[in-house]
Amino acid sequence: MAEHDRPERGERGGPPMGELIGEQTTLTVADLCRSCSVEAEMVEAMVEEGILEPVGQRRHHLYFHASSLRRTRVTLRLQQDLGVNLAGAALALELLERIAELEAKIPPDRQ
Amino acid sequence: MEFRDYYKVMGVARDATQDEIKRAYRKLARKYHPDVSKEAGAEESFKELGEAYEVLKDPEKRAAYDQLGANWKQGQEFRPPPDWDAGFEFSGGGYTGSGPDIHSDFFEELFGRRYAHAASGDGRRSFRMRGENHHAKVLVDLEDSFNGSTRSISLRVPEVTEDGHVVTRDRTLNVRIPKGIRPGQQIRLAGQGGPGMGGGDSGDLYLEVEFRTHPHFRVEGADVYVDLPVAPWEAALGGTVKAPTPTGTVDLKVPENSNQGRKLRLKGRGLPGKVAGDLYMVLQISLPPADTEAAKELYKQMQDRLGFNPRATMGVS
Repeated sequence: MAEHDRPERGERGGPPMGELIGEQTTLTVADLCRSCSVEAEMVEAMVEEGILEPVGQRRHHLYFHASSLRRTRVTLRLQQDLGVNLAGAALALELLERIAELEAKIPPDRQ
Repeated sequence: MEFRDYYKVMGVARDATQDEIKRAYRKLARKYHPDVSKEAGAEESFKELGEAYEVLKDPEKRAAYDQLGANWKQGQEFRPPPDWDAGFEFSGGGYTGSGPDIHSDFFEELFGRRYAHAASGDGRRSFRMRGENHHAKVLVDLEDSFNGSTRSISLRVPEVTEDGHVVTRDRTLNVRIPKGIRPGQQIRLAGQGGPGMGGGDSGDLYLEVEFRTHPHFRVEGADVYVDLPVAPWEAALGGTVKAPTPTGTVDLKVPENSNQGRKLRLKGRGLPGKVAGDLYMVLQISLPPADTEAAKELYKQMQDRLGFNPRATMGVS
């Protein structure tokens, strides 16, 4: 990870703390490729399609918000399982996010 | 081992064309896809569907499956007849596209071995390969984000045995949930994914955090919302009321002349973090029932003396 929330130390023998990929975390193309097992070309294609939006650039290296990890994974699954192309996956992602936003506004007892 | 009726799973006739099978798969895949679906048990249904399609879309596997006969019922106790697959090749068809996913014992028994032979084709070549990254979801409670906690998660991990068979193993892992965790965030556990080959490093395990639905609080990003019932006079006259927050009860000042749905913000009382979220109290005006003479009298007095038309903006009274 290019920059991450400092993992807190667990006490000895305690359960693994893991590394939180949180708000402040940014990911490089290489991070995304490694964690989602894809080629850099795929990440570039997702940027072209607007599925991934780089939040900045350091010395020719693009970097991305932590939420890109989930977007990349969902895109790959939709592509593989439903046969949609990147444009279709982009549309589905946007609609899914809108549904999630709307659902968050509905009180639990009315869902 | 239970028999799997792949035609029934896909909802197609035994003489369906390959095109019909593909169409049925696409339709059901959209219905049950775990990223899209709201159906209960979507993930299980999707796995079953994937397995059924795996077999029926491949003409060789389908032919082999068909000659088991049409009289088997879904879930019936099943042992494959000896040499049931004589003459079939399954060339290159095993686990196409879907990767070494978790299949049923039934599938493994019928088609798993062929895959194993194909996979271990050239045993002399040695190579190093980093293990696969694994991904799973972990359900946490709202309180976990406020206090931090430890969650025990169970994973079913597919493993390739020495003879190339794929088996699943149950694995329990205790994971610390750091304070301030938010829905959709990921926790990476380095080296907890699939084992590497030929001395390569293990992959990583990624946990995607989901929040369990809370009876009162709902979470949007870092902000927390709660519907707070108030009496009409509390909303109209203002005053201090007791309100629940994820960390305990607080005294909340309700401004006078508050209307239904008014949002009162408690800054920094949402999910904790470097930039803490806010807590919003959404006022819900709750009417006292007019079930006594006294209550009815009070409502009548309001009717007579307030001259209030709630539909004034609609041009009707």
